[in-house]
Amino acid sequence: MKNYLTQDISLKSWLLTKDHKRIALLYLISITFFFAIGGFAALCMRLELLTPGPDLLKAANYNKMFTLHGISMVFFFLIPSIPTVFGNFLIPIMIGARDLAFPRLNLASWYIYTLGALFALTAAILGGVDTGWTFYTPYSSTYSNTHVVLMATGIFVAGFSSIFTGLNFLVTIHKMRAPGMTWFRLPLFVWAHYATSIIMVLGTPVIAITLVLVGLERLFGVGIFDPRLGGDPLLFQHLFWFYSHPAVYIMILPGMGVISEIIPCFSRNRIFGYEFVAYSSIAIAILGFFVWGHHMFITGQSVYAGLVFSLLSFLVAIPSAIKAFTWTATLYKGRIYLRTPMIYALGFIGLFTIGGLTGLILASLATDIHFHDTYFVIAHFHYIMVGATMMAYLGALHFWWPKITGKLYPEFWGRISAVIVFLGFNMTFFPQFILGYLGMPRRYHVYPPEFQVLNIFSTAGATILGVGYLMPFVYLIWSLKYGPDAGNNPWGATGLEWKTVSPPITENFTQIPTVTEEAYDYHQEPMPDLPEEAM
Amino acid sequence: MSDSHSSILSHQFETLDQQRASAEFGMWLFLVTEVLFFGGLFVSYAVYRYLYPVAFAESSQTLDMWLGCFNTFVLLTSSLTMALAVHAAEAGDKRKLIRFLLFTMFLGTVFLVIKGFEYHHKFEHHLVPGAHFEFEGPEKEHAQIFFFLYFVMTGIHGLHMIIGLGVLSVLILMAYNDRFSKEYFNPIHITGLYWHFVDIVWIFLYPFLYLIGHPK
Amino acid sequence: MSHECYEKREWPRGSPHNNMNIWNFPLLPESASTFAAHIDLILEFLLAITVFFSVAIGLAIIYFAVKYRHTREIDRVHSGKSMLWIEITWTVVPLIIVLFVFVWSSGVFYWTRKAPENALPMFVVAKQWMFKTQNLEGVREINSLHVPLNQPIRLSLISEDVIHGFSIPAFRVKQDILPGRYNMTWFQATKVGTYHLFCTAYCGDQHSRMVGTVTVMEPKDYEEWLAGGKSSAVTASEAGEQLFNKYGCITCHKANPGEGRCPTLHGLYGNSVKLVGGRTVIADEAYIRESILNPQAKIVAGYEPVMPSYQGQINEEGLLELLAYIKTLKVK
Repeated sequence: MKNYLTQDISLKSWLLTKDHKRIALLYLISITFFFAIGGFAALCMRLELLTPGPDLLKAANYNKMFTLHGISMVFFFLIPSIPTVFGNFLIPIMIGARDLAFPRLNLASWYIYTLGALFALTAAILGGVDTGWTFYTPYSSTYSNTHVVLMATGIFVAGFSSIFTGLNFLVTIHKMRAPGMTWFRLPLFVWAHYATSIIMVLGTPVIAITLVLVGLERLFGVGIFDPRLGGDPLLFQHLFWFYSHPAVYIMILPGMGVISEIIPCFSRNRIFGYEFVAYSSIAIAILGFFVWGHHMFITGQSVYAGLVFSLLSFLVAIPSAIKAFTWTATLYKGRIYLRTPMIYALGFIGLFTIGGLTGLILASLATDIHFHDTYFVIAHFHYIMVGATMMAYLGALHFWWPKITGKLYPEFWGRISAVIVFLGFNMTFFPQFILGYLGMPRRYHVYPPEFQVLNIFSTAGATILGVGYLMPFVYLIWSLKYGPDAGNNPWGATGLEWKTVSPPITENFTQIPTVTEEAYDYHQEPMPDLPEEAM
Repeated sequence: MSDSHSSILSHQFETLDQQRASAEFGMWLFLVTEVLFFGGLFVSYAVYRYLYPVAFAESSQTLDMWLGCFNTFVLLTSSLTMALAVHAAEAGDKRKLIRFLLFTMFLGTVFLVIKGFEYHHKFEHHLVPGAHFEFEGPEKEHAQIFFFLYFVMTGIHGLHMIIGLGVLSVLILMAYNDRFSKEYFNPIHITGLYWHFVDIVWIFLYPFLYLIGHPK
Repeated sequence: MSHECYEKREWPRGSPHNNMNIWNFPLLPESASTFAAHIDLILEFLLAITVFFSVAIGLAIIYFAVKYRHTREIDRVHSGKSMLWIEITWTVVPLIIVLFVFVWSSGVFYWTRKAPENALPMFVVAKQWMFKTQNLEGVREINSLHVPLNQPIRLSLISEDVIHGFSIPAFRVKQDILPGRYNMTWFQATKVGTYHLFCTAYCGDQHSRMVGTVTVMEPKDYEEWLAGGKSSAVTASEAGEQLFNKYGCITCHKANPGEGRCPTLHGLYGNSVKLVGGRTVIADEAYIRESILNPQAKIVAGYEPVMPSYQGQINEEGLLELLAYIKTLKVK
């Protein structure tokens, strides 16, 4: 029988596909491209920061590099990443449907993303933008002489891709679950994407209109953010962070969903507190909308506003803590297999814990005074976005690779890469906590000489991390041709996706299943052995 | 299922009802995103009106309250004709459906034409923000902020109306080609939701922009 | 190798910065203000929490991964008992911890936001890409601030263009500098020395070169330094008075309330003002600045809106000097 890959191999069938699985792969190519761009920018930055003086890049170009890094990674890689690749591929299958609710809208989402990407790339090629990914006014709206409007247009357009994806997921999860697939039998991956979709749908329109206002101010010189004309630059910050804070939950919740799939499978155990994890995903999504002011504690906003935002920021840590404890507890009395996805997942838990707890230092008003706009903040969010989300992404890639491609990747290289990523990551970002404590500001092209050694450590770590990222790129592609066939369920995992063939047929199921089992119906049974050729 | 059903039931759905419910839910979600989109503008408006009440009131006086009122009436009526179109679709009445869709388009066009006259008037009186903006009185920059918000809010609203007109013309073509029936008229229904939403946005825009009185 | 901003810098004798190089570098920042110890204590508590939970979870993961590894035959039967008590505990305990830290940290923050009555005012005007500081004696500095030891200093901060940041890591002080609006920060330095001053809010091209030093001196030395700088300087309020005369403010704003077409400015600062329309506002720095740049915004009750705007004519430093002068005007 033909599967979704072999069904029709013409270019037209790919570019006009309505199959959620093919669209997932289209996204995979796009976001990997932007990961490379963002990674290249990071490489330039870290090389420059090896010495305290300017050598590789002029100040203006350094500023463009960190802007390109932030925009590529946040808007064009991390925010789409897990939802558009794994969400698109897996959600219909996990709930027992043939596709998402709106397949044509799904394809349109990819084209809209691509259009936005083209605008952004054009802006970059024409000379880039130097405002930082945060576009603070009045610098971005009045003073910067770079291609702000073009780049903002790219992000604006790509935002609609995000909105439509979230909308598609919400309708699908509500309306298209198979018979017997009740809400509390859903895989937690689906719950995580449900929560993420709420944020995508409610938050993204706000940044869209904010970017429109910045663009119009640049074009017409109106003073909406310019104090000389009666405008308020802080209004921009409120509008911007109203989306961009929940956006970080868009970036982490899907990763948490991935971990909730991997840990039970590789412990052969039911997840410890299913309901708590499901509810905490929703709690994070909702609470996440009320904490944006913690990015603005030292702007001179009222102390009372600061108190409210600080309290809520502390509270939003609690559901995440619950998840970390839950995943750890799932290991208890399990049958642990330290295969590649599990190494990534366990690394996620540790790094997410550190990243999340350092967030408390930033949520705390008094300590935030010292750490705001320093390398401490950079270390904090990279622990979450790279240490956690990126590792969840790689874990997902390895866990579902057999299902998506029908092939097994070489387990030995998988494990080595995971360890290299973990070590390289810590070496890159841990010194940045110290640099932040010492007071080294963000977005600094040159710095005092006493900060040099820590920067050198960081750059050395980044090199190792880069190697760790390159390796899967090589062996995963290698496995497409030379890897052994995976079979339906090489991990012995529960979940509807593992009941289908690998790769799945276009319609996912020959017959829509009726669900009778609870989620994660593991009983500490052994996992199937991997064939020799996959080791 | 009969052949006609299989052509209107998309492959990812199991039943027509599931398809209808999904389309409706999807449109409601989309309208929620629109609330947030316009919401950012209303927040900006609220902030600046609070800061510059006098400038806002004086600027508001330059807008033609009665023309805006008439436009409100036009849009409300178009929502009525749209609802009647949906009703006709439910009843499977093709002629009435097309007729009411045309009425709705006509009223929407009237709205946009009147808006066009209003914009032209602003242009003539140098009330368009930017290099040629002129405003009598000491709070020229603050008035400019009002007009900026006026143009952006009504402009984006107008853009939504134009998109709505585009969708309506497609629906009229589809109706003409017998694509709708008692069993299937989802696109009419969800376009109705969209049209009512665009109407409601105007219901808020009108008082906030046209009816600001002077503070005591 | 190192950048000229830091190379050309003259660190005073005895400053540890003189010996700092690639191999001799600190891992902890200096603590040179009354805030530092308090903020560091909260940090240490939170770091302890971070280390505790990270290590606990890390060790638990390693322990379980080893004890329950798949090659091992061991009892894996689940007791089936309800684990609700665990879930509630690990929800409630973190909740209590964060609430505790919230209250503690908020208290310290509130302290940092309220300058003491006896604080010495100074101003900082930021622009791309420098800090222009001035004290009341009129001594101006660029990218540098000299302050006396153990004396609270209250800074009024404003930008001439984009948002900048004012950061003295050794004092644990940081505040954004906004255009169009005064921000305030204060500190009390507790250790003689010279410390880094950084711009921490990205402000364009030369953002990372917008750096300077803050020098804390013994009161005696500070007086000496002031005297040296003062000889050529006019005090801030004197400069303000010059502007007051130059721009004709004196023609309308007389000392006696009855005289002149405009309200008197004597005794104005810090007191409440009744406006047309019934509102009452406090005449703080922001009010006075706004009244000079945009007089129509708030008309004092009983007066006509006849004051012209000085937008574009007086720069931020001038405005601060006028403020310093107006603050000296007491009721006659």
